[in-house]
Amino acid sequence: MGILEVKGVNKRFGGLQALGDVNLSVEEGTVHAIIGPNGAGKSTLLNVLVGKLIPDSGSVMFDGQSVLGRKPFEINQMGISRVFQTPEIFADLTVMENIMIPCFAKRDGAFRMHAIESVGHEKGIIEQAEQMLADVNMLEKHEMVASSLSRGDKRRLEMAMCLVQDPKLLLLDEPTAGMARADTENTINLLKEIRTQRGITMAIIEHDMNVVFSLAERITVLAQGTPLVEDVPEKIKGHPKVREAYLGEAQV
Amino acid sequence: MLGLNGKDFRLFLIVCVMALAAPILLNPFPVDGALAQFNAGYPALMQAFAIFGILAIGFNILFGLTGYLSFGHAAFLGAGSYAAVWMYKLFNYNVIFAIPASIIVAGLLSVLIGYVSLRRSGIYFSILTLAFAQMMYAIAYSDLLGRFFGTPITNGETGLQVYNSDPQFLLAEGGLAEPHLFTLNLNNLTKIQFGGWEFTFEVGYYLCAIFLILSFYLSIRIFRSPFGMMLRAVKSNQNRMNYTGLDSKPYMLAAFVISGLYAGLAGGLMAAMDPLTGGERMFWTASGEIVLMSILGGAGTLIGPVLGAGAIKYMEKIVSALNDNILHGWFAWMPDGMENVAVAILHPFVGKGWHLTLGSVFMLVVIFLPGGIVEGGQRIGRLFGRKGATQTPTDATTTPAE
Repeated sequence: MGILEVKGVNKRFGGLQALGDVNLSVEEGTVHAIIGPNGAGKSTLLNVLVGKLIPDSGSVMFDGQSVLGRKPFEINQMGISRVFQTPEIFADLTVMENIMIPCFAKRDGAFRMHAIESVGHEKGIIEQAEQMLADVNMLEKHEMVASSLSRGDKRRLEMAMCLVQDPKLLLLDEPTAGMARADTENTINLLKEIRTQRGITMAIIEHDMNVVFSLAERITVLAQGTPLVEDVPEKIKGHPKVREAYLGEAQV
Repeated sequence: MLGLNGKDFRLFLIVCVMALAAPILLNPFPVDGALAQFNAGYPALMQAFAIFGILAIGFNILFGLTGYLSFGHAAFLGAGSYAAVWMYKLFNYNVIFAIPASIIVAGLLSVLIGYVSLRRSGIYFSILTLAFAQMMYAIAYSDLLGRFFGTPITNGETGLQVYNSDPQFLLAEGGLAEPHLFTLNLNNLTKIQFGGWEFTFEVGYYLCAIFLILSFYLSIRIFRSPFGMMLRAVKSNQNRMNYTGLDSKPYMLAAFVISGLYAGLAGGLMAAMDPLTGGERMFWTASGEIVLMSILGGAGTLIGPVLGAGAIKYMEKIVSALNDNILHGWFAWMPDGMENVAVAILHPFVGKGWHLTLGSVFMLVVIFLPGGIVEGGQRIGRLFGRKGATQTPTDATTTPAE
């Protein structure tokens, strides 16, 4: 029984079957990649997992509870954090504040009227945030406004914002999309570091095979909204069905 | 001190001193001097400074922190005033009933309007608040509620005031028939002559000043609190906020209601200074004025809205009091032809045309100082090589109007 269990999920957009009978199980403590050619339904699946879309049928269980019909913030409170394709950070706030906000969300829940307390007096939160920034080598940048960070640092900050919440599952939506080679390598190393140091369960949606094969412990190949195969990376590499799916796309 | 860090505490002290010493600071010119007309230290204007300062501080908690531009805040101001006058009519002139009532009524109204308006963001939110405020104005101005209940509630165009026939259950025989605080008449004033100068200390102004100080203190605490940080997060990236496990809706509603409470307090104080009110207090131009104050002073900064409120009220009272005769007096040293030209050029900007001055100043500020008066002050400060006032991100970042 995995920490994330997707069973028989269907989603139609008009005449398009975006997801057809998707079954997926992410085991606790693994890095699970979901790959597939364009239009395979990867993003739709991700949006179902984070509560942005509600499937027509099927069930999505996380840690024994259904996520369907819950709002993104509720799903995050259950322990799923999400990294976006382009880093979503609080661009007008400082790096430190960017990290403190998820700390508050974790400690105080979705809403708390702490309007009189001073942020400066929240010693526990400050320590936690500083520790996190030190872990991702950004402590000396804590006073910078987040919008002035480099692209790589923005990605790093976003990861740190997710990690500081100590999520049970980290969802990554094409974390290296549109990145230069060096940035991609950095991101892979960062993710590997996170993996070895924290042992966080991750589900990665990715296009870049290099990223997938250097990180994933299990891979699900999605094509036309349906899982084609699910196996360990070594088996996926030469799998005829996978080749067909990708080459088939290339020939069209 | 008082739970504030050093820099905030200094700012707070400055505001305290400015508010408490306003009757002296705002009267820098001798009474008989040529510049006496620029003195702002008379009760009515100082009250306006404080009351609109409170209003702008509250508005800034919503607009400055979350970026949600409410275009209907005058509705809460008006509702507060009506509630206060009703307290006079029902009980007595003690503002101890009137002011809490105005805060509560405005608060309830803002929960209602906020709940509906916050279902949309951006321009649609602004339009919704504007629509609500105009509805409130129409209801007040036509006394729709009164017609429904069969007795005047807002008293339509006449405006609401206290009549002898009102119950005033707590008004003792021969009791004070003017707003007072436990029989301390708010209209009491002391004039102190000092050489050519004259300073007026009025009880009513000091009531406003104390509320201004309290409001400002509370606003600093909110700005520096985790709650304030969440409000800035709403402005910065609501998507990330939701994916961080935070429900932005109640944060927004809380900010909206807090600013509504401030507006209610301001409305109550207006009715405490002058025990009558009318629907025009809710008109959309009044809402627009609050927005102008906030942007002119510097939205998102602590002190900006207070300065903006002061600047606009000063122009309204002082520039509108200028006329051609005064202008001729100023330019008498010029040759006749030039004097007439100069007066003709300035004529549209003074007296009834003071809005033209306000508009020009506003345009110049928005174009050259997007951070408002506060940014202007910071630039001057930097010119003179003063460090410090530029660093902390919260109050130094210039937040251009949305």
